[in-house]
Formats: sequence, C-alpha cells, structure tokens
Amino acid sequence: MSVTPMDATTEEQQGKRKRRTKKGGDEPDHRIDPGATRRAWMLLAPTIAALSLVIIYPVVRAIYMSFQADQHLDPTTGLFVAGGFAGFDNYTHWLGQRCNGQACATGEAAGYFWDVVFITFMFAFVTVVFETVLGFWFATIMNKKFRGRGLLRAAVLIPWAIPTAVTAKLWYFIFAYDGIANHLFGVHILWTGDQWPARFAIIIADTWKTTPFMALLILAGLQLISNDVYEAARVDGASVYQRFRYITLPLVRPALMVAILFRSLDALRMFDLPFILTGGGGGTGHATTTLSILVVRQYQVGFNGSAAISTITFLLVFLVAFIFIKFLGANVVETEESYSRKK
Amino acid sequence: MRLKPVACAGALALSLGTLAACGGGGGGGSSTSANSSRGPITYVQGKDNSNVVRPTIAAWNKLHPKEKVTFVEQSDQANQQHDDLVQHFQSKDSKYDTMSVDVIWTAEFAAKGFLTPLEGSLKIDTSPLLKATVVSATYGGKLYAAPQTSDGGLLYYRKDLVKTPPKTWDEMMSDCSIARKNHIDCYAGQFAKYEGLTVNAAEAINSWGGTIVGKDGKTPTVDSPQAAEGLGKLVAAYKDGNIPKQAITYQEEQGRISFEAGKLLFLRNWPYVYGLASTEGSSKVKKTFGMAPLPGKDGPGASSLGGHNLAISAYSTHKATAVDWIKFLESEDRQKFFITTGSLAPVIVSLYSDPTLVQKFPYLTPLKTSIDHAVPRPVSPFYPAVTQAVTDNAYSAIKGDSSVQSALKNMATAIKNASSGS
Amino acid sequence: MAAVTSAPADTPSHHKSTLWPSTRTYIGVVIVIVWGLAPFYWMIVTAFRNVGYTYDTAFWPTHVTMDNFTTAFSTKLGNHFGRALLNSVLIGVVTTIVAMIIGVFAAYALARLEFKGKFYVVGFILAASMFPGVALVTPLFQLFTNIHWTNTYQGMIVPDISFVLPLTVYTLTAFFREMPWELEEAAKIDGCTPAQAFRIIILPLAAPGIFTTGILAFIASWNEFLIASQISPRPSVAPVTVAIANFQGSVPHQEPYTAVMAAGTIVTIPLIILVLLFQRKIVAGLTAGGVKG
Repeated sequence: MSVTPMDATTEEQQGKRKRRTKKGGDEPDHRIDPGATRRAWMLLAPTIAALSLVIIYPVVRAIYMSFQADQHLDPTTGLFVAGGFAGFDNYTHWLGQRCNGQACATGEAAGYFWDVVFITFMFAFVTVVFETVLGFWFATIMNKKFRGRGLLRAAVLIPWAIPTAVTAKLWYFIFAYDGIANHLFGVHILWTGDQWPARFAIIIADTWKTTPFMALLILAGLQLISNDVYEAARVDGASVYQRFRYITLPLVRPALMVAILFRSLDALRMFDLPFILTGGGGGTGHATTTLSILVVRQYQVGFNGSAAISTITFLLVFLVAFIFIKFLGANVVETEESYSRKK
Repeated sequence: MRLKPVACAGALALSLGTLAACGGGGGGGSSTSANSSRGPITYVQGKDNSNVVRPTIAAWNKLHPKEKVTFVEQSDQANQQHDDLVQHFQSKDSKYDTMSVDVIWTAEFAAKGFLTPLEGSLKIDTSPLLKATVVSATYGGKLYAAPQTSDGGLLYYRKDLVKTPPKTWDEMMSDCSIARKNHIDCYAGQFAKYEGLTVNAAEAINSWGGTIVGKDGKTPTVDSPQAAEGLGKLVAAYKDGNIPKQAITYQEEQGRISFEAGKLLFLRNWPYVYGLASTEGSSKVKKTFGMAPLPGKDGPGASSLGGHNLAISAYSTHKATAVDWIKFLESEDRQKFFITTGSLAPVIVSLYSDPTLVQKFPYLTPLKTSIDHAVPRPVSPFYPAVTQAVTDNAYSAIKGDSSVQSALKNMATAIKNASSGS
Repeated sequence: MAAVTSAPADTPSHHKSTLWPSTRTYIGVVIVIVWGLAPFYWMIVTAFRNVGYTYDTAFWPTHVTMDNFTTAFSTKLGNHFGRALLNSVLIGVVTTIVAMIIGVFAAYALARLEFKGKFYVVGFILAASMFPGVALVTPLFQLFTNIHWTNTYQGMIVPDISFVLPLTVYTLTAFFREMPWELEEAAKIDGCTPAQAFRIIILPLAAPGIFTTGILAFIASWNEFLIASQISPRPSVAPVTVAIANFQGSVPHQEPYTAVMAAGTIVTIPLIILVLLFQRKIVAGLTAGGVKG
C-alpha cells in the first residue's frame, strides 16, 4: 500500500497554514457534530478517570489542609490538639515571611521562602535553556545516517535511563571534595558546600541527565520534515543558518514546544536531584533548596504549612504554563478540520 | 451529557476521598481491656542490617507460640521510617503494635497521642538502664517508651602521633600543632547541614553547661553565656583551620574515610567506625588508632545520645503481649546478643563493665564514659522545628556568616515561634 | 502542512557519502559520546571497585572486584535486587502499554475531533502535571490504604500511568495534528471505517511519535521512586529504585556507594537493549513500509 507524494497539496496546505496564523482569533465552529462530541468524551474518559483518581484527590485535600492551622500543644495536657481553621495564615506565613507576627529568624524556613522561589525558577530556566540547545544539537546528530548510529542513539539515552537516585549519588560522589572532578581539573572546589558551586553542580548533573529527554522529543519532531524541503532550499542557495531558521525551527515547533513546556513544568518541581546531591544545602545553607524540597522539609514540622507551599508551587507552575500557552503558542487545542475550514 | 464522564470521575475521587479522610478503622485507644489483652503482635523497625531482629523473633516465637511476633520491616531511611509510622498512627492502624522509635521522635509521638504510656500494668523497670536513655523516653513526667539500643560519640585519635588522648577541648586544639607538623587535618565531626550537625552542635553547647530547651520541651534556653562559649569553640576551630574547610560538607562517612586514609588526626564519630577502621583493606590506620571519650570543658564532654526506644502503639489491641516483648528485648541476654552480633550498644549499665564484652569491643569503655555524661538531644514534641533551628544557625555560625550571639538569639526565636504555632 | 509524505528525513543528499559522516558531524558524534558516557564510565569503574577504595581517583579500574554485584543481588543482606528488576520490568511494561493505548485514544479525540469543553479538558490534563509530586505521596498513601492497594502492583502502575499521561497525550496530539488526515478521508471514501483508516494509515505514519512517547513513558515509570517507596515498599513488589535506596552496607551509617553504582549499571542494561531494539522506529521515515533508521 503505497503513499503518493502530494507536493501540490503540501504547498497548498502551507499556504493555508500561513493564512491561519495571520488571522488570529477563533472562528466560531458552526459544525460541532454531536456524535463527535460523544465519541470524544468516550475516548477521553479513561484519561480523565486516571488523572482524577491520582491527582484530583490529593490536590483538593492539600488545598483544604492549607487553610487549616498546624497542631499546637494544649498547655494542660501537654498533648497536641488540632489547630482549627487558619484562614490565610499559612499563606501570609510563607509569602509574607511572618513568623508569629514578626519577621522570621534564621532557622525558620519562611525566612528564606523567596530565596527558594528564586532558586527554583533559576534552576528551571537555566536547565531548560541548556537542555534545549544541547538537545537540539544532539537530535540533529542522531538524525544523521552513518554506521553505528544505533549505538550512538543508545549512548545518548544512557543518562536519562539511569534512575535519578543513582545519578544523584553518582554526581555527589564525582563532586566530592576528594572526588574525581576536583582531581581531573586540579582544583579544590567545595562543590556541595559553597553557594554557586553547589548550584552549578545541580545544573550540570541535571543537564547531563535530562538532555536526552529533549533530544528524543526533538528528534521525533525532526522526522516530520522531509529532505526534499531542505533540497529545494539548498538549490535556492539558502545557507545552513537560513535552512535552520526558516525550515527546521518552524516545522519542528510542535514537538519542540511540547518538550519545552513539559520540561519546564518538571524543572519547577525538581526534587530528587538537589535533595540527594546537596540536601538543598550550600552557601548559607539553602543555596540549592527548591520548592519541592521545602515541602518535604516542612512536612515534619507542620503538614498544613507544608500543604500551603504545595499549593503556592502549583499556582506558580500554573502561571508559567499559562504564559507558555498564551504567548509562546504551545497550544494543542485546534484540530485539522478547523485548519481546513479557515480557508 | 457531555459533562458526565468528568462528573463521574470527580464523584468517584471525592467519595474515596471522604473514606480516606475518615481514616481506616482501628483498634481501641488506651482502653484498659487492651492493656491486659494478649495475642499475636507486630514489631515495626527500619531495615535490619545487622541481622539481629529475625533471630530474636524466632527465639521469642518458640517460647510464645500463641503470641507470635511478626516483623514489619521498613525502609532504611530515617525520614521514611518516621513518616511511615506517622501515617499508620494517623489512620489508627491496629496492625502496628510495637515499634522501634528513634530517640528524637519519642516526645513528638507521645505528645501526639500515638504512644501508650508505660505505667500501671505496663510498667517496666528502668533501674538497670542508662540514665540518659531513660530521659530520652520520658515526656511530661511519664515514660512513653523503653530504651532499646544506645549510641554515643567517641573520639578517634592517632595513637602513633598523640601518645595520650586529650582530656579537654583546649588540649585537643593545642595538639593540632602535631597535625600541622604532619601535614594532615586536625579535627572533624559532622558539620553538613543535617541532623548530624544538631548532634555536634548540641555536644558543644551541652559540654559547656548550656542547654537548648527547658524541661517542658518548648521553652528555649539556648541563648546563654554557656551555650555561647560552647558553640564559640567550634566556630573558632573552623576559623583557625583546626577544622578543615571541607568538613562543612562532612557527614559520618566522609570523616571516617578521611581518618582511615590517615588524613585526619582526631575524629568525632559513632562506634561503627571501630569495626571498619580496624579491618577494612583500605584502612591505613588499622593498628594506629585509639578511642577515647569526647573532650569537653574540664573533662569528658557531653555526648549526644543516639539509639532507639521501643514503644507500644496507642492503637494496639494486645498490649500485655507487647510489654512482655519489650521486656524480652531489654533482657540481659538479648542486649548481649545485640552487641555481639549487631554491634549495637546496650542500654543496661552493667554490661559496659562485663569483661568478655569489653575485650571483644574495646570501645565499650570510652563509650560508657561518653554515655555517662550524655545529654539527649532536645526532648521536645517540636523536635523537627527545633533541629531545623539549631542546624541552620549552627551552620551559619560555623561558616562565619553570623556571629555566635546572633545565631543563638535566632535559635531561641525560632524555637519559641515553633511552639507558639507561628 | 509541510512535507510529511515525501522522502524520509534520513535520505542523504547527493553530495555526501552515505557511510562516512562529514568531519563536523564526526566531531559532534565524539563530543556527544564523551558527554554521555564519561560519567557513566566512572560509574562502571566504581561499580567494579572494592568498597574500601570508593574514593580512589584512578581513571582505570583498580582494586577490581565483583563483590558489589554479588552484594546487590544478595538476598541474605536483604537487597532483593533480582526480584526488584522483575518488578520494574513488569510495572514498566504494563504502564507503558496502558498509557499508550489510553493516550492514543485521547490524542485522537483532541487532534481530530471538535467538541465543546475541549479547552478545559486540555487544560485539566496539563494541570495534572503542575502539582509537586512530593505532596501527592501522603494523600495517595492514605487513599490506597483504604482501598487495600498498598504493597500491590496496581498501587504503583495506576499512579505511574497518571504521571506519564499528560506528556503522552500532549506529544501524541502534537503528532496527530501533523498527520495527513486527507489520507484518512480518502480511505473512508474507499470504504474503511474511521477506526480502520486510523489504524492502517495514520498510526504507521505517526510511528516515530508513538515509539518515542513509549520509550519516555517506560523510562519515566522505571525512574519513579517516591510513590513506590511509600505505597509498595515490600520486596516482593518494590521496583529497583526502592531496592537501591534500601541498599545497606553491613553497619548503620555506612553508605554502600559501590554497590549502588553496581546496581545502577545493571539497571541501565535493559534500557539500552530497549533503545537498541526500537531506535530504528524512532527515526522511521514516513513512507509506509520505509523503516529507514
């Protein structure tokens, strides 16, 4: 069963797409087929059910808990009693850094809440940028045809394949004061003790581990681009850079945007790697603490307060995703038919 | 109709949610009928690396076929053990009868009503036990757990370089000239930002007569001149280089490895180092190291207390069996077994002078001195917040980011706020 | 929609030889391999190194011993690694297959069908990836305790499926959007049902996306630790991540780095095999029957 090349249609559709993006705004769809709607919901039901069970219940519960006060001691019995309703107290505690009505002292986690927010965003931004650039480069190499490419592709994936806990321990060990990193470069950096070295240690380890993820998704996206298009451009005299910018980048965009979006969401929730590599420490003691580490740290001190941090994290991540979708076009809502309708 | 799938899924989630919120069904609270009730029980403990639990359970089961003990083995990580216990307690699970509880969790669990006080028909005899261990198991004047194993700090030193071990901290600091002459580091303990730092900081503070919290477990007493002097010793040593710069990242293992490689003159660590340093192929100090009690202000220092206590869950339904099981674990035979097979320090005082044991485990003698002078880490129901306050500020002071005065003041503020429900 | 159906991306141009890459590519290949493998090499060297010499910095293997591997598999020490490997494979395979099936259904609906509320469904699926995983563990544990799913396979498989679903659905949707649906239309005119048209025409063309997503789903499930450690820690069901975290030296406080490195090395092998088997499918060209990898 063969597929005939349809270059004419290809150009026509390219044209259609250009017009669609120029239009902006959604056309009301006059033809929502009720049969399609029912089919759609049936197809989506398993997904929604699975996500509801595992995600909805904990989220709702965490939000509920974040409005309760942590337990406190009953002075007469010396036993803990429930804290009761707390209103927004937990939130002002973290966001406003108020501890018992005053500014927080060292030793109280709320004192460095905004530092932690900065650290989380900094890690996310830096690692995503590095991983995207490197991932793109790796993907183009993995795409090439040469002997032993299967082994190359497997080699690229190895960092992603090792369980995070093992990777974290490996890098902990590489970055130890007497470890191989210092030995190899002849330096004596206190990788897990000083502020920026600790942060770089995390960034290096995370980039090593996660670049394959980006590379793999981008590679899949590159499969959608035919060589003929490159050929035509080369014949027309386009440089490598121009081919990249005007052909590769736009055409790989769907896969690329999904990769960047999800990687960013994951990066903002980073936990395993910094927790095992540096324990969230370094510098003045919290140079590599991310929001998720703060959640875990606070859980033993008071789990309602900890639930508030989880909710705040959720809102921050939501904000980032919103920005991605609204302004950077990581949008998967529109369908083929709506494309073709917008002639 | 379109909304149905979502509504269905949502309703399912919510109904399961309310089920969970109610908590699982559980045994009775502290009803007296449960206190005299007998039957099979479970014993919950973290990973049994030293392989002492299973033989012990087998021995008990042979003697008590109708009241068998089942071993519920948790993971190896202390935090997970803690959270696992909390989750089962919160769901009032009657399937967790007895458990091994870290000394620092006992007050917290007692205050949350998770543990059955060991009084009345559940009383145990604490007279043969190490005083400090009993203190760690007491909250609000009641005994909530029975000491099971203990642990204390020891000073490991190079006896080929230092003829007699230093008796006080200042002596040890002056011995650092020997370290400098031999181009090795002088002293290290555990100073990374984790629980080990609380251990070391508490030892410094307690050795100079300071305390961290009062008897009620929540009033901070740490902002005192004695505490300042004690913590100040650590800070000065780091500043002068007597504690090497990289020790700020040291947990137990890094110090041990540095000592075994011959790069450290004095090491504060737990007894486990003895076995490895004297037998491991890579140890360069096999025959050249000795052990001594920790050096303090004018004599032995106040070691922090490690170890575990045994507790009976408030939701157990066979408490009479549970307390007999606990007494079994605290018996002299079992304590001897723990140390000979598992290298776990006993809680019975007399065993520390038992000649056969001392011959096999030479660290028992300095360890006894350490534990005699031991002060448990703050016995407080707010221990997680207290340890965070101590660790964060001690780290900051040692690194020189804040003065000792402000560090102690911040510790006091943080501890006070922790208990007033900030 | 551009160039989906012409010659596959892998076909070299007329000007380059097919077997010997250009110098630039060759240099790139070397850098990529060194990057990926250098730390891995260090892991292997450590895995074969005697635990007493953990911090030895010699580049080549010294103090070589198989002890770490035997320690890893030793059930006497309570390490249960062999069983954990089987558990991980089982959980990974089931998770991947189920997630892919569910994901394909969902992606078809999102890419192909127009319906009310679509925007909210898409948002809901994405929102499921926004909550910190660490905060999900305790509520899930309580929920699963109540429905007796602790220490079971489903207690890990169902959460794993939920964690990989958002990425799976989004990636597949992105791919399905790029598919030549006119071909499906043509097939339907020829008499195929929509399902047949989808299965016979679209799926093979979307193969790179599907296999890529499948591999990522498998690896994500393989990597999962938090849920498994809390919900199913018992050795009979625990996956490798939990087993490795529980590795113990012979005494408390001792950290068995070398055994952990040995376990890590072993754990990577099934994944390498998996990738070698499927790496052609990832770069399959889009002409049907053209496995160009």
